[in-house]
Amino acid sequence: MEKEGQVRIPSGCAIAALISREGKRIPGNIISEAMKPMHDRSNGLGGGFAAYGIYPEYKDFYALHMFFDERATRKNCEQFLKERFEIVKSEIIPTRKIAAITDEPIIWRYFVAPLKSVLLSLQLDEKEFVARTVMKINTEMEGAYVFSSGKNMGTFKAVGFPEDVGVFYKLEEYLGYSWTSHGRYPTNTPGWWGGAHPFTLLDYSVVHNGEISSYDANRRFIEMFGYKCTLKTDTEVITYIMDYLLRVQHLTLSETASVIAAPFWSTIEGKDEQEREKLSFLRTVFPSLLITGPFSIVLGFDGGLMALNDRLKLRSMVVGEKDDMVYIASEEAAIRVMEPDVQNIYAPAGGEPVIVKVKE
Amino acid sequence: MTVIDAAGLDYKELNDLIREGKEDITLINCLGQRFIASGAEKLHLVIKGIPGNALGAYLDGAVIDVLGNAQDAVGDTMNDGAIVIHGNIGDAAGYAMRGGKIFVKNNAGYRAGIHMKAYKDKVPVMVIGGCAGSFLGEYQAGGKIAVLGLESNGKKIVGNFPCTGMHGGMMFLRGKCEGVAFPAKVHVKTASDSDISEIYNEIHEFCTLFEKDEKEIISSPFTLITPDTKNPYKQMYVAN
Repeated sequence: MEKEGQVRIPSGCAIAALISREGKRIPGNIISEAMKPMHDRSNGLGGGFAAYGIYPEYKDFYALHMFFDERATRKNCEQFLKERFEIVKSEIIPTRKIAAITDEPIIWRYFVAPLKSVLLSLQLDEKEFVARTVMKINTEMEGAYVFSSGKNMGTFKAVGFPEDVGVFYKLEEYLGYSWTSHGRYPTNTPGWWGGAHPFTLLDYSVVHNGEISSYDANRRFIEMFGYKCTLKTDTEVITYIMDYLLRVQHLTLSETASVIAAPFWSTIEGKDEQEREKLSFLRTVFPSLLITGPFSIVLGFDGGLMALNDRLKLRSMVVGEKDDMVYIASEEAAIRVMEPDVQNIYAPAGGEPVIVKVKE
Repeated sequence: MTVIDAAGLDYKELNDLIREGKEDITLINCLGQRFIASGAEKLHLVIKGIPGNALGAYLDGAVIDVLGNAQDAVGDTMNDGAIVIHGNIGDAAGYAMRGGKIFVKNNAGYRAGIHMKAYKDKVPVMVIGGCAGSFLGEYQAGGKIAVLGLESNGKKIVGNFPCTGMHGGMMFLRGKCEGVAFPAKVHVKTASDSDISEIYNEIHEFCTLFEKDEKEIISSPFTLITPDTKNPYKQMYVAN
């Protein structure tokens, strides 16, 4: 079989997220259950979760979650990592054998800190170094794939339906202040463990329902800055755009939303002067990062979430609240599973970001 | 009256039970099951919970009451009957509907009434009590859409790009619609009394269903939007 990245088949999907503004830690089975009423939005070729606040005991270390095709690849990769990082803990990610999930790769996690000497000699800041190392492994090391690389967060993904993936990874044992999840219906690629959502880089994670039509324009631009899109899936490029605009260009979340889901010029004309100038500036400086075609995404980051629809709102997304909790999903039914008495249910407009942060 | 507990049932099992059931059914614990009552003819269905996408698709005479919110594509291609939503409705409500009525107590999402059509006595109608999202009546080819803007709390009655590609039917928006940008291909005017008579029965029905003050609603001016036949869609893409 051709793998992810070798073939493009001409996505329906399901997304959900929850966050506690008070920073309360919630077990992962809550969001895993929420995927059940949206079962038919996925086809069993990918499910995954991102969780924030799950590794408080290792919060100062990058948590690398990795897939390996065989033991020798893992040994090689560990040697590579030891030359660059202090590894404070390495272990198999615990999983359950269930009939619904088969053909699993070797799944391992490492808590690491970049070696100071290496950083000094390369003259790189820590995050840039980790990002480059992830790119290097994913593009150059056959059979090894880093699918999560942030601090005090982690993603868990597999080929299967999301509610089964949650059981497989024993998500009820993890406590996070925010969770995102995804059920995949791949339409461009065949479906592989690494190709399941969320896509991540450092502490950014993206779950995405949709099919962007600007993929190649976005990819050509972002690859000029050292990112390598290896999987031919549109969500990967969205993740790198987020990292570039937020971490490298230091844009705010709402500015980032105005770049990737930029309003039409006719809509910009109707805004007040200050807003008009800002929106025009962002569209002019980053025209190649406008994402067109249908998408609804949830971006996870250290301390918060941002949900966003494409400007034409070609995919559904609903938001609801209860006390300090905020819930987001492709369908209201999923939110009702997480919180039957949810309040203030509403559907954000296309291009209108919903930004939720945990209280400092 | 038959009561069906939808908890744990997938859409196929649930729809089989509805088809086997009597003509008067209450559905409880509904949660996201799709295609409920699709194609149903003789049925009065009351739904408690959240019905899934494509509720009442191809509906052909049945009456559905949803005692809460509904998701996307309600009444997709419905032919006859009525769907009453005692809450909000999601995106693409009444997608390509060709007959029957949809009443929504509160707000509608994007693309309500997209490609509604009409033929002879088949004239679909949708009444939205609150506000509507962008692309209301996109490619509308027939039928009537009314938006009342009740309890709008200062929100615009309709989002951006209403009536894009409209080439048939009528749209009534309550109020003067200042600040709403309509495309050049439609004709916008304040509705006359005889125009209002075209939608009066459905507004009356809406007020009865949701216990609203009809006098107050109807006393406000309405804006009527129809396709501008003097400015038709021709040679938009190719000269042919």
